[in-house]
Amino acid sequence: MNAELIRVRGLVQGVGFRPTVWRLARTHALVGEVLNDGEGVLIHAQPAAGNDASALDDFCRALRAECPPLARIDAIERSVLEAPLTTDTFVIRASSASQVHTGIVPDAATCAACAAEIRDPSNRRYRYPFTNCTHCGPRLSIVKGIPYDRARTSMAVFPMCPSCGAEYADPADRRFHAQPNACAVCGPSVWLVDSQGARRDPAALEASDPIAAASQLLAAGRILAIKGIGGFHLACDATNAASVAELRRRKRRFGKPFALMARDLDVIRAYCTLDAEEAGLLQRPAAPILLLDVSPKTQATPLAPDIAPGQRALGFMLPYSPLHHLLLQAWDRPLVMTSGNLSEEPQCIDNADAADRLGTLADATLLHDREIVNRVDDSVIRRMAGAPRLLRRARGYAPAPIRLPPGFEQNPPILALGGELKNTFCLLSDGQAMLSQHLGDLEDARTARELEVTLDLYLELFQHRPEWIAVDLHPDYRSTLIGRERAAHDDLPLLSIQHHHAHLASTLADNGWAMDAGPVLGIILDGLGFGPDGTLWGGELLLGDYLDCERVGHLKPVPMPGGTKAILEPWRNLFAQLEAADGWATMRDRHPTLESLQRLGDRPLDVLRKMMARGVNAPLTSSAGRLFDAVAAALGVGGDPITYEGQAAIELEALAAQAMDPGLEGYRLKATRQASGMVLDPASLWEQLFADLEQGVSKARIAARFHSGLSQALGDLAIALAEARAVQRVALSGGVFQNRILLESVQRQLSAAGLETLLQRQVPSNDGGLSLGQACIAAARASRASE
Amino acid sequence: MSHGSGGRAMAQLITELFHRYLDNALLAQGNDQALFSPPPGRLVMSTDGHVISPLFFPGGNIGSLAVHGTLNDVAMAGARPLYLAAAFILEEGFPLADLARIVESMADTANQCGVPVVTGDTKVVERGKGDGVFITTTGVGVVPEGIHISGDLAQPGDAVLVSGQIGDHGVAILSKRENLGFETEILSDSAALHELVADMVAAVPEIHCLRDPTRGGVATTLNELAHQSGVGMQIREEAIPVRPEVMAACELLGLDPLYVANEGKLIAICPGDSAERLLAVMRAHPKGKDAAIIGEVVEDGLNFIQMETRFGGSRVVDWLAGEQLPRIC
Ligand SMILES: [Fe+3]
Ligand SMILES: [Mg+2]
Ligand SMILES: [Zn+2]
Ligand SMILES: [Zn+2]
Repeated sequence: MNAELIRVRGLVQGVGFRPTVWRLARTHALVGEVLNDGEGVLIHAQPAAGNDASALDDFCRALRAECPPLARIDAIERSVLEAPLTTDTFVIRASSASQVHTGIVPDAATCAACAAEIRDPSNRRYRYPFTNCTHCGPRLSIVKGIPYDRARTSMAVFPMCPSCGAEYADPADRRFHAQPNACAVCGPSVWLVDSQGARRDPAALEASDPIAAASQLLAAGRILAIKGIGGFHLACDATNAASVAELRRRKRRFGKPFALMARDLDVIRAYCTLDAEEAGLLQRPAAPILLLDVSPKTQATPLAPDIAPGQRALGFMLPYSPLHHLLLQAWDRPLVMTSGNLSEEPQCIDNADAADRLGTLADATLLHDREIVNRVDDSVIRRMAGAPRLLRRARGYAPAPIRLPPGFEQNPPILALGGELKNTFCLLSDGQAMLSQHLGDLEDARTARELEVTLDLYLELFQHRPEWIAVDLHPDYRSTLIGRERAAHDDLPLLSIQHHHAHLASTLADNGWAMDAGPVLGIILDGLGFGPDGTLWGGELLLGDYLDCERVGHLKPVPMPGGTKAILEPWRNLFAQLEAADGWATMRDRHPTLESLQRLGDRPLDVLRKMMARGVNAPLTSSAGRLFDAVAAALGVGGDPITYEGQAAIELEALAAQAMDPGLEGYRLKATRQASGMVLDPASLWEQLFADLEQGVSKARIAARFHSGLSQALGDLAIALAEARAVQRVALSGGVFQNRILLESVQRQLSAAGLETLLQRQVPSNDGGLSLGQACIAAARASRASE
Repeated sequence: MSHGSGGRAMAQLITELFHRYLDNALLAQGNDQALFSPPPGRLVMSTDGHVISPLFFPGGNIGSLAVHGTLNDVAMAGARPLYLAAAFILEEGFPLADLARIVESMADTANQCGVPVVTGDTKVVERGKGDGVFITTTGVGVVPEGIHISGDLAQPGDAVLVSGQIGDHGVAILSKRENLGFETEILSDSAALHELVADMVAAVPEIHCLRDPTRGGVATTLNELAHQSGVGMQIREEAIPVRPEVMAACELLGLDPLYVANEGKLIAICPGDSAERLLAVMRAHPKGKDAAIIGEVVEDGLNFIQMETRFGGSRVVDWLAGEQLPRIC
């Protein structure tokens, strides 16, 4: 008989893959066994006596077709066995701990089958908020170590009841080896506390259970803290203006948009335009927050005005845990579901911590006793330039490995520590990159501590022993310090990698660019990154590959008077830009009636001028982000000081979106050749902009002309450089390319010129994607070093 | 002032200046060294090279600073300073009148502090090879019985105190040097702290650490102490005293006062249950009248200086490699 050894590679462990194999083997009358090992899933199979050899082909086809929802098959490799199998059954063989090393899969939203069960009064899991199965439920958020089984998750303290145990043990059951399997008899439970931490009896609110009570409190305009999968949310009725305003006040979050959760797609459709692809994205197991354009006309109950100030998009997600489904059951309008924290802090994950930190923020808290081991924030996606692009990669995506292009199979294991804000770290080995979930701002002490803990967990989950460590070139990033300490402690080589080179390499890896495929041109528009010349970069044209890069062009460097303060106060950048152009005084004299210049005149400009002249805390920067700040300040848009990172640029884009049209003439910017490369000088844009303002041109149109002119100038420069350097591909990355208008305009122009563009997709173009680039650069250098 | 023979003439002149202003018995012996019998107890010794621009600044000059700086370093062992030594490196052409002002100020300062400059030296370097004047001072002091103060003695549960408003010196120097023209002139806090320290160790001999947060400011000093002691610290932004005019200048300049230099302040760490007593003693002394308890020492393998911000956030006050470079993207 023809026995075969079938090797399946990909995301095939901990996702119900073996029971699927078992079921299909039976369907196709195969005998043999299936087990997990260090490389994935291994199957020994042969057709049962009297059956056709083609059964094996059919089986492999069926395996691909019926691949479990959370699994990903990268390869099925078949080889013929010499000796026939001597069994007449097909069994699932237990794997020993040492054999399994393929980490852990992301948390997944409640599947349709589980969602139906909790709504079915006859089901034993009716209204049970921790219902899950092999195809859904928590993973990364509850895991403490490997191998991934119940004993090493926060479910260990809930021994399964006989019914749950039977499901867990039955390969034919949807809950076979579902580690967090539970029911109301044996599993975690939920309860409600008031702001003092005292339990509230649902019956006192005439509610059937704590979730129904919570829903009623929300309907009454209360603000609730809700413990979910990867952390706490703060929730309120998104159509209740008073509640939303109060939430902003308590959370001290003054401008940054709130995410929304809606019961179903119909509720979302009442507020936003939604096409089939967007609907599909929302419904994926990852259940991300998706940024959607606001519908021009809607009959729905209007949302509170300050859900997303200055925006024309809303961030929506669907319920992704049974608790959310139950909570939103009665809601035909959205809930605000924002992270449970004070602004700038990481969200709470712990009950005691929540009592401490959320007690004053929430009127009541919906708690449960399943411990959240790892904070996993909601992921955020925006569709731009024809594809969904991750802006924050966390729940539902991390820690799924990113497959790397050819060339990354042989290098030593690498650890890259990422940036300072939006931090992620990356483990690279065996041709795969394991990126941590979004961790956040490392100046925050909790986040900085969490990074160390999460890093140690990932090192264990993926059995990763780094041999090289990569960090940013910035000497003071906390991630740089951690990398330096770990490298010193373990006596490992440490590579300091320029910020924008890492953005470029991240884009290459994201697009499957092989290690030795040669250089591309990169347009990297960013906030700030430390440059090798001691200035701060952020509006760069780089020519490079994974190994090295050359700065072939950049925005003209301008001082940032006050350093970090200039990031928070856009007027400083406007002043610096005007001084670098025709001079502030000249501009004021030419346009004496302009309010924005008068406003600027009231600032302590003399001190700033001296700071810039004497180089007192006025570092030079070629940052595109700071240029956006300056334009926003000139228009009086976006807050001064800003209330959240990137606010000026984000609001400027929303404004421009109202007036963009293909025929619009942009403000012209001039490029000149200098020793440091082609230099794009924004000086000329100011006179055009102020002339428009003086003539009463709308701010929207001015914002649009700025976007149009900048993208035109960058595109022209890139096309010229690509031709001069004989490259056909241009990578677009950096946080400023989260701006859809800019991204799409530049891409359109480059495509029209016959250039191929490489855009980020699997990882963010902001600093959340930095660690991937750092890791790939380190891998390339390690490979070269070993040659 | 000239080099070579002129330089010798110069050095002669300086010696006369010293003898005029710094007049004391040991110096008057005219030897190349000062001879004295040490008092009983443990001796401490410290040296510091002083380089500053501008040489004259609101609240002091390089001469007074050179006395304060070294006295403070000696005092931070809990010691009573006994004697000072001073070495000058002068640039050829440095105005004599300025030199006289510096030496006179140095002498006045030493006299006020009650610590004589008992030996010294002067060298003149060619024009362009110095920056006006550099002064190195060395101090010797004696530590009272039963006092054990060292940067590695901070323990979880200890309290962290600062002796007054921070950031004055750095902002004063910067605004004078760069002629920034703030509305209210900010004075350097340059001062000798040994008398304050004497009161502190007399009343609270169990003090664990003392350090003056000079270059790199309070943030850098706290990080040094945390690393030396293998602990962390939890501080409160609200509790840290900063003058409104210094805060306003820092905001305009984009500087964090925690990283700005001081020349007349100290950080003290003592057992938690002695903190209020220590605070009272400090506040009773004019140089500690604005002292405050700013936080406590905690157990922390990462040696974080963690600060609760005004809004209830919690940020890491890091040890910076150099200047305050923007880190946010
Ligand atoms: Fe960046
Ligand atoms: Mg010293
Ligand atoms: Zn399910
Ligand atoms: Zn059960």
